[in-house]
Amino acid sequence: MKRTDLKKIMIIGSGPIVIGQGCEFDYSGVQACKALKAEGFEVVLVNSNPATIMTDPGLADRTYVEPLTTEVLHEIIRRERPDALLPTLGGQTALNLAMELEERRLLSRYQVELIGAGAEAIRRAEDRNLFKETMVGIGLEVPQSGSAHTPEEARAVAKRIGRWPLIIRPGFTLGGTGGGIAHDMEEFEAIVARGLDASLNHEVLVEESLVGWKEFELEVVRDRRGASVVVCSVENIDPMGVHTGDSVTVAPAMTLSDREYQAMRTDSLRVMEAIGVETGGSNVQWAVNPRDGRRVIVEMNPRVSRSSALASKATGFPIAKIAALLAVGYTLDELRNDITRTTPACFEPALDYVVVKVPRFAFEKFPAADGTLGTQMKSVGEAMAIGRSFEEAFEKAFRSLETGRAGWGADGKDERVSGHLDDEGLAREVGRPSAERFYHVHEAFRRGWSVERVAELSLIDPFFLRKMEGLVRFEEELRGRFGGARKKGRGKKAAADGEELAPAVREAKRRGFSDRQVAWLLGWDEREVRAFRRERGIVPAFGVVDTCAGEFAALTPYYYSAYVERSEPVRRMRRRKGKILILGGGPNRIGQGIEFDYCCCHACFALREAGYETVMMNSNPETVSTDYDTSDRLYFEPVTTEDVLNVYEREQCDGVIVQLGGQTPLNIARDLEAEGVRVLGTAPEDIERANDRDFFRSLCMKIGLRQPRNGIARNVEDALRVAQEIGYPVLVRPSYVLGGRAMVIVYKEKYLRRFVEEAAAVSEGHPILIDKFLEHAQELDVDCISDGIRTMVGAVEEHVEPAGIHSGDAACSIPARTLTKEVLADIHKAAEELARELKVRGLMNIQLAVKDGEIYMIEVNPRASRTVPFVSKSVGVPLAKLAALVLTGRTLDELHFTREVIPPYDTFKEAVFPFVKFPGVDITLTPEMRSTGEVMGIDFVEGAAYLKSQRAAGNAIPTGGGVFVSLRDEDKEAALGLVRELRELGYVIYATRGTATFLYEHGIEVNASYRINEGRPNPLDLMREKKVQWIVNTSEDGPQAMIDGILMRSGAVALGVPVTTTLAAFREAMEGLAETRNLGHATVCSLQEYHRRLDHEEGCLW
Amino acid sequence: MRGFLALEDGRVFEGESVGAVVDGLGEAVFNTGMTGYQEVVSDPSYAGQLVVLSAAEVGNYGCNAADMESRGLFLSGLVTQQLNEPSSWRAEESLGACLRRFGRPALSGVDTRALVLHLRERGTLKGYLHGDGSGLNKREAVRRAREWAGLDGVDTASGVSGKEIAEWREAGAEAPAPRFRVVAYDFGIKRGILRRMASAGMAVTVVPAWTEAKVVLGMRPDGVLLSNGPGDPAGVRGAVENVRGLLGKVPVMGICLGHQILGLACGGTTRRLKFGHHGGNHPVRNLADGRVEITSQNHNFCVDGASLPKGVAVSHVNLYDGSVEGIAWEREPVLGVQFHPEASPGPWDARYLFGAFAALMEGRKGTEAAGMGREEGAGR
Repeated sequence: MKRTDLKKIMIIGSGPIVIGQGCEFDYSGVQACKALKAEGFEVVLVNSNPATIMTDPGLADRTYVEPLTTEVLHEIIRRERPDALLPTLGGQTALNLAMELEERRLLSRYQVELIGAGAEAIRRAEDRNLFKETMVGIGLEVPQSGSAHTPEEARAVAKRIGRWPLIIRPGFTLGGTGGGIAHDMEEFEAIVARGLDASLNHEVLVEESLVGWKEFELEVVRDRRGASVVVCSVENIDPMGVHTGDSVTVAPAMTLSDREYQAMRTDSLRVMEAIGVETGGSNVQWAVNPRDGRRVIVEMNPRVSRSSALASKATGFPIAKIAALLAVGYTLDELRNDITRTTPACFEPALDYVVVKVPRFAFEKFPAADGTLGTQMKSVGEAMAIGRSFEEAFEKAFRSLETGRAGWGADGKDERVSGHLDDEGLAREVGRPSAERFYHVHEAFRRGWSVERVAELSLIDPFFLRKMEGLVRFEEELRGRFGGARKKGRGKKAAADGEELAPAVREAKRRGFSDRQVAWLLGWDEREVRAFRRERGIVPAFGVVDTCAGEFAALTPYYYSAYVERSEPVRRMRRRKGKILILGGGPNRIGQGIEFDYCCCHACFALREAGYETVMMNSNPETVSTDYDTSDRLYFEPVTTEDVLNVYEREQCDGVIVQLGGQTPLNIARDLEAEGVRVLGTAPEDIERANDRDFFRSLCMKIGLRQPRNGIARNVEDALRVAQEIGYPVLVRPSYVLGGRAMVIVYKEKYLRRFVEEAAAVSEGHPILIDKFLEHAQELDVDCISDGIRTMVGAVEEHVEPAGIHSGDAACSIPARTLTKEVLADIHKAAEELARELKVRGLMNIQLAVKDGEIYMIEVNPRASRTVPFVSKSVGVPLAKLAALVLTGRTLDELHFTREVIPPYDTFKEAVFPFVKFPGVDITLTPEMRSTGEVMGIDFVEGAAYLKSQRAAGNAIPTGGGVFVSLRDEDKEAALGLVRELRELGYVIYATRGTATFLYEHGIEVNASYRINEGRPNPLDLMREKKVQWIVNTSEDGPQAMIDGILMRSGAVALGVPVTTTLAAFREAMEGLAETRNLGHATVCSLQEYHRRLDHEEGCLW
Repeated sequence: MRGFLALEDGRVFEGESVGAVVDGLGEAVFNTGMTGYQEVVSDPSYAGQLVVLSAAEVGNYGCNAADMESRGLFLSGLVTQQLNEPSSWRAEESLGACLRRFGRPALSGVDTRALVLHLRERGTLKGYLHGDGSGLNKREAVRRAREWAGLDGVDTASGVSGKEIAEWREAGAEAPAPRFRVVAYDFGIKRGILRRMASAGMAVTVVPAWTEAKVVLGMRPDGVLLSNGPGDPAGVRGAVENVRGLLGKVPVMGICLGHQILGLACGGTTRRLKFGHHGGNHPVRNLADGRVEITSQNHNFCVDGASLPKGVAVSHVNLYDGSVEGIAWEREPVLGVQFHPEASPGPWDARYLFGAFAALMEGRKGTEAAGMGREEGAGR
């Protein structure tokens, strides 16, 4: 029964999207907020990430977009006095914070009860030793391990484990190097010596090697009376040694016999009980030796996780929602299974389909990073696919990845990935876990390698390899028999070919091949394959994710396609206004993440409310958009032309929204239109035209806007000529990519050639854009919305960093701080004219630079931008919702959005980077976007808002201690005053000799240090010895980044020392420090309270 | 080789014939378990049935001697979506080979979800599985399915029962020293039950389905187990009378068909479920302590709760459809459960019931014992 002694519950979110903690926690948080509010609880939410749905002011009663630190949480608790804290829905971040609050006795002081998992349980699960002890206590095996600080200690550990091979991992290294696998004592000694040397704290972890063992994960849900269910079993296709987040995984588990599975299930329930998780969801990870079935427990998380989000999407069982309800006293049998609505939530889902998840990597953004996968997670997103067979799900998952591949190989791109490798090289790549490994496996089978050989190299279970081999054999056969088969309508031979070809094509589709793959195998084009299929009735059926393998009728329409016999009917709805398909953005990657999902969800919410039927299509299991609650109908499908057409036709949609899901739906918009799909809002042609250089130039001229000088090039010679004409420095970038892929500023001709080649490779035949780079200009983002008549500016966002840094990586503020009235007026005028000329209906993002009072147009994109959620939260206007309604023909007047909102407070958005996962990678900001997430700082005091954004981004500027300053020559004069101010605030200044001399000459007390390559102590030593708590380092210009600077910044990231890399950010931080010093302590305030201060029009609210 | 499943209502599902090259006649039922196909095919309770597996990928870990639930395969045929070659250290042969070895036909490549939905809507249907490659006419197959008399009222159990009285022994199995002597009626008993009884400290003598009560009582057992088995409980010759002869004289536990026979023996009635329960995920509430267990299920008939006489109470209820999952005598050490506490295949949540049976034999009363013994029986 629901507890009646609780009234107000606090939920902590997971903060910015980082590697290992993605938007799955937005999904779980949203479910929890909705469930608890529906039960009448008052919900207080804290999360620093403005791009989340959960921080929409309507979802919680009080929403604090504040840094996730114990100090801030303390303030909020003091202010809100919640009865309980639910710490299990915001990932590791929330769990750690709850533990810190507990350890500081703040929870008992304010009488806040931890619900879901108690402190004791969290400690038992999180503390390595305590966990092992507990597991051994209930008779489970754990991997043997121990840490050592000397060779003698290491030998002792090895002896205690008594089994080879052993893994040696140095603690705390800068490159993740120095470790290895030892098969005997000799190897062991050598690796230990190397490891101790490489470790910053002279420590190595010695562990029994489980590399190559099979890895499984069970999602368990338990209620307070002890009823427990396993929601889903997941098997990793990549064996132990690769982080689960980086592994290709499959559900349900495929290779366990019932006896093995049930033993694992029973033990998982016992683990949960032994750890003492009172209620909610946990995941338990197991490793199983494929040779004898020996099973050890790897870890357990007493909270919802990335895998529980995946399990929820894979089964239809909403783990987070149920966990939230269990935490407030319900039991499983009291809750209903939402999907069947007739059976209780106390059951274990049965799957009659196969789910495959594939991780999405972003190594192209970090060329210096080590691309080998290991125990540290490196992927930035994932795609999931559902099929009626492993093969079908596997192929669909690979084509969902948005890496330009049409599936798992067989699309003409295999040659580029592994064609150049000789057999030896290929064998190495098959054995090395990497982003491309599965494509190398494809190549291995193409070369006729046996399953045994590939299994030996890759340690992947032969069960999966046999399936993969089968796919490759089928491809070869299809290509061999029908490659170049005549297309339809060319004589008698064509008809005969068709007769034989049709069953083969049907079989290809059954195995999950995309039209694009089939087209490549036959030597046709995709549209010909589609036409051929349709003519012969080779169309997909749609199945329901019903939690019960068909045993009961499912009421929640959550579908997937499969080439099987029977399609399940579309359940009719009563909405009369029409049916709209909303296309999501696929897997998260850098440049396209949660922000676009946010927009898609808002479109669903707004359109449902307005009486439309909404159909959502996406392939990203982490998102809110793929919650079956978000839309009227959910299709968990790849977002490709082929798959979208299937859904569009089956559902008989009245229109499709492509402008909210980022680049993914835009890339296929023209194709969809050509197939007769009605695209709502700005025409695909116009969206594309905005990217057309010549068109854009003449457009700017027509409406009197200045542009940086620019040109386009299709090859290196073109580029050299264009750059010569417009003068260096130039900004080089491919067209039609998001996130500034391969975008770079080039200062000298000799570097241009290389970058143009790189850009050409990325842009796949599209031209390369070359712009004059405006140095020291102020960059702006403007997010607007237009209904075709009126164009409204949502906000003008002013970047903190100067032009030249990707807008996704730059910090920015609302309202704009430095612009004159005249400039602002010009911006508004430009927005209106651009919207009119581009016939914009919906959202539009403009990027501008201001230099010496002049506006320069950089780019216009008539679509949702990454900043839409930040703007919406900042100005309190739900831009994406309004956009969705505008797309259906409503006007902004009708929607009561006719007045721009200038908030009476300040908000800063700051980017968050994955550098800590990529040791050795330079962290200096560039035109290529590399951030994975964002945070928002909000305050009535500008400097305080900025500092909050820094603190929230994990870059907390210290209020005292040592600062290491290293400035490029151009910045020295300008920084002088700031450094002096630092000294006056009592900081100790350290600097490299050049900067130190300069500062000393200007009368500032400073300690000189060596550069890293020159001697010691160098900045790394200073950081390690905790003499330096902050690095201010503006790096040298030019593409040849200084190795020294890279090492220092990368070291700072590894050691958790905040780094400020631009003068502008330094200036902003100093302002903040001065201001907050006067205030004494941080102030917190909920978004709802901030928004109450806004001057809104009646009706234009959330 | 192509094959098909023809149902009595005329629907035909085509597939590849991957089992023995024979045809099979039986009731088409579906099982939603995601693991445990070997336990399913070797469970004698499936005698006379064509089993449709809803799991997408089947055969993945092969078959082995240790996971056999009986001395052979008794089902009429198997229908799968995808039958795979195995990859497992435990595999001794593939599922396909096992089916062929025991002469059972099977189909692969069938849209089993479509078939499951059809059976869900229409209820259990008689079917004819054509797998012998002789090119049988589909209409003829449908006619054969229609003309088959079916399992209602038929004594299927005696057909699969062992013919001799035998002690249960398993080579290499670890079991505590027996504390109880139990006679188990073999209506098609699963080895899982025997294994669980052995590990709960019972020395088991297995007797044929038709063994008279006085013969059993003559063996002076501490308790009698009525096993699972196929078909209609009302059809099992002599079973109800024999059980009546035991009630009040010795502690009795019934499982599945044995539980249904108990229901009949006390004067209750049984009825057919629309499409039965076959799988490993049904929640069952133990009314004694309110706890919910996830159970292994395999039955087409159930005891009618309203038909039970005074003195016999419903002890377990299915949370899906409210059907009776267990009964207990108020004044006698007698209990019956419809689901499978031995699991195999399925979750082990209800293993404690063998402990409860032991407790009954130790002379404790029925209803309170149902909630006891959980500790000792739970877990591995």
